[in-house]
Amino acid sequence: MIENVLLQIHEPGETPAPHAGDEALAIGIDLGTTNSVVAVSTNEVSEVLRDENGKAMVPSVVAYAPDGAAIVGDLAKQLLLMRPETVISSIKRLMGRGLEDVKSISGTLPFEVVAGEGMVRLKISGRELTPVEISADILRALKERAEDQLKYKVEKAVITVPAYFDDAARTATKDAARLAGLEVLRLVNEPTAAALAYGLDKDSEGVYAIYDLGGGTFDISLLRMEKGVFQVKATGGDASLGGDDFDHAILEYFLEERRAQFGEEKLTSDDVKVALVTGRLAKECLTENDEGSFVLEFNDKTSKHQITREKFDELTAGLVERTIDICRNVLEDADAFPDEVKGVVLVGGSTRVPMVRKRVGEFFGQEPLADINPDEVVAVGAALQAEALTVGSDNLLLDVTPLSLGIETMGGIVEKVIPRNTAIPVAKAQEFTTYQNGQTAMAIHVVQGEREMVDQNRSLARFTLKGIPPMTAGAARIRVTFNVDADGLLTVGAEEVTTGISQEVAVKPSYGLSDDEMATMLRDSMVHAKDDMEVRLLTEARVEAKRVMEAVYSALHIDGKLLNEDERKHIEVVLNKLDETIAGTDRDAINSTVEELDRTTQIFAQRRMDKGIEEALTGVNIQKLENAIES
Amino acid sequence: MNMDSTSTHILPENNHKGVQPCWSCKGPTGKTDLFCETCHAVQPPGHINHFERLGVPKSFDIDVDGLERKYFELQRHLHPDRFANKTPKEKSLSQQQAVSLNQAFEVVKDPLLRADYLLQVSGVDGISHDHTVNDPVLLMEAMETREALMEATDVAQVNALSDKARRDVRDCIKSMAKAFTQNDLNEARKLALRLKYLTKLLEETRQHKARLVMK
Repeated sequence: MIENVLLQIHEPGETPAPHAGDEALAIGIDLGTTNSVVAVSTNEVSEVLRDENGKAMVPSVVAYAPDGAAIVGDLAKQLLLMRPETVISSIKRLMGRGLEDVKSISGTLPFEVVAGEGMVRLKISGRELTPVEISADILRALKERAEDQLKYKVEKAVITVPAYFDDAARTATKDAARLAGLEVLRLVNEPTAAALAYGLDKDSEGVYAIYDLGGGTFDISLLRMEKGVFQVKATGGDASLGGDDFDHAILEYFLEERRAQFGEEKLTSDDVKVALVTGRLAKECLTENDEGSFVLEFNDKTSKHQITREKFDELTAGLVERTIDICRNVLEDADAFPDEVKGVVLVGGSTRVPMVRKRVGEFFGQEPLADINPDEVVAVGAALQAEALTVGSDNLLLDVTPLSLGIETMGGIVEKVIPRNTAIPVAKAQEFTTYQNGQTAMAIHVVQGEREMVDQNRSLARFTLKGIPPMTAGAARIRVTFNVDADGLLTVGAEEVTTGISQEVAVKPSYGLSDDEMATMLRDSMVHAKDDMEVRLLTEARVEAKRVMEAVYSALHIDGKLLNEDERKHIEVVLNKLDETIAGTDRDAINSTVEELDRTTQIFAQRRMDKGIEEALTGVNIQKLENAIES
Repeated sequence: MNMDSTSTHILPENNHKGVQPCWSCKGPTGKTDLFCETCHAVQPPGHINHFERLGVPKSFDIDVDGLERKYFELQRHLHPDRFANKTPKEKSLSQQQAVSLNQAFEVVKDPLLRADYLLQVSGVDGISHDHTVNDPVLLMEAMETREALMEATDVAQVNALSDKARRDVRDCIKSMAKAFTQNDLNEARKLALRLKYLTKLLEETRQHKARLVMK
């Protein structure tokens, strides 16, 4: 299919057909904390891609062999018990996080972290890896699964992220996709994707709540669905609250019992990894059964543990209540009441826990919906959106910022520039001033979060606007502009208004990768990185050239009579030439022919403008005349 | 390949009844056109007022459902999701269009922001930079209510205050609509300040309630 596109030649005057092959190339990926799922959609029917056993979920677990090869999925999960030092799981919880964050994540983490600046690094099989690289390995495995089954090369994807993911975590996810050789068409929030999966099926209208309790994150979103528009009204959540915490709670209880039996024990991170598997088993068991018994075995000592559903509910009640509190806040944000919610959609494996279902049902006063497998619903929605973005769709997603964005002002107080739940894309500006006489530079500190003080929020980036001319305090006018795109990613600019001195930074999060690091990783990950770059530039040049050609064809079609035969022929010759160069692979030739076409059509453009203005003036005159007659 | 540098030389801007060259096909487009009539390329958002952008009459009294329908319809055509396969220039223009549209919708749908904006475009000082209240009646009322809020020790008391504030908000909006219809901008401005205070009060009752629940 791809080869065909290269050779495709069409008659001059005809609009080139869209790349027939390109459209089918986008997949939807739910990159989860515990499990990941990949799906593809054709004609608005989404199909989850399964392995030979019919299993859709790929455990988000990576094992690293001594030679550096990455093993992803079920096999890696099995290795977790045998060779825990080579295996990493729940890496999503560390996306876009620094060392300090990792320490503050609740519970004992089964990671061996390397001290250092910026993004956290993990020690695994004798190597040091960032969460971005590890996530890239998971994405690569999903991409391969899709390519094996679909029998074509996959280069584009919609990847879902928790609505509550901050800027650093979103950027990290995008970076991971790049490393895996995937272009991210759009980062879509998980609850929004889930709503999309439901919305198409049910043709529903009204306000829906999406309660998404995943392995590592909790999200609650309120969406209004109306005539194909999915409008997120409000969203909230906790980026470090999920099913993993249920496992932890059970494990802590078991360890307490063990301490009573054997006294204090020192646990390595590998011991914890293995013990957490037992914690998870217990959770899954108690989801189905009223009680269960489990065994913990390390340091050559075996302990037996009995646990009932009742005890499990008691251990996790606090966690469940935290999610309900967040639901209440989000309803208030949207100025809605629980009984105004038309349906509650459950997403994420952890919503199978009976206590969770019970409390959600009580709070919203209705039985929650779970018709679509809660483990697959997000990937289903992601695939639908991938198709919508490449092929087109009648549906539209309108999303919001999950957290407020602001900058630090005097005394460490945060001035909010974009409040949470603002529709994206959005651009907002705010003016600040200097507080010292003769101040020539201003440090800009960008933060994300709802609290009043800087140190209670998440630091996103710092940069300095230099070259402010010395003025008295308060005279300079520094205009800071925040831009959030449709992926929820932020760019910040600062400008001194009276002089026009400006600076713009794409927010490279404090815990992100530097451009150099990213470049090195890309080099390491792709032997043919240079070729890939060439191919991308060539594709871009072709797309641009086709746009120019189409524009000229449209103009000829409508205003062709403004040209004499010679002039028209001249333009057609260049159009044909451009068509030929597009079919070739010489990027410079394409670009220079586009410029040639531009020069050749200049007189044509001028005549069209003259005609347009003439018509406008005539129109205006008639209007004036009519007005004069009326008055 | 820079398309802009050549296109702007053909004609100086602000020339001739809002006819501008399309950045893509260089033909004439109208100032408020979203797409070029000839080549269908998306156009930059341009400087038009928020009401005009949403295609609704410039008035305080708006039909909220109608407004939302217009907004959705425009987003359907302009949102960056519709341009995922297009050139970087078109992607960027669609983003600018969607940003302008979101901004317009945010202002027009919210009574306080809408009132402030209407005052500003009518040549009256808006209220966004007014941090002090100098209406003695409002000042007195604000002090009394705030005192009552501070003294409220249970949720029922706070709820009573916030219920009253919500009713006041509704009445205030009604009066404001009347003031704007009668073109009494001074009265409208006074009411807008009152609405600003009431909105803030509602937020405070909410925070106070949260504190009481936490205890």
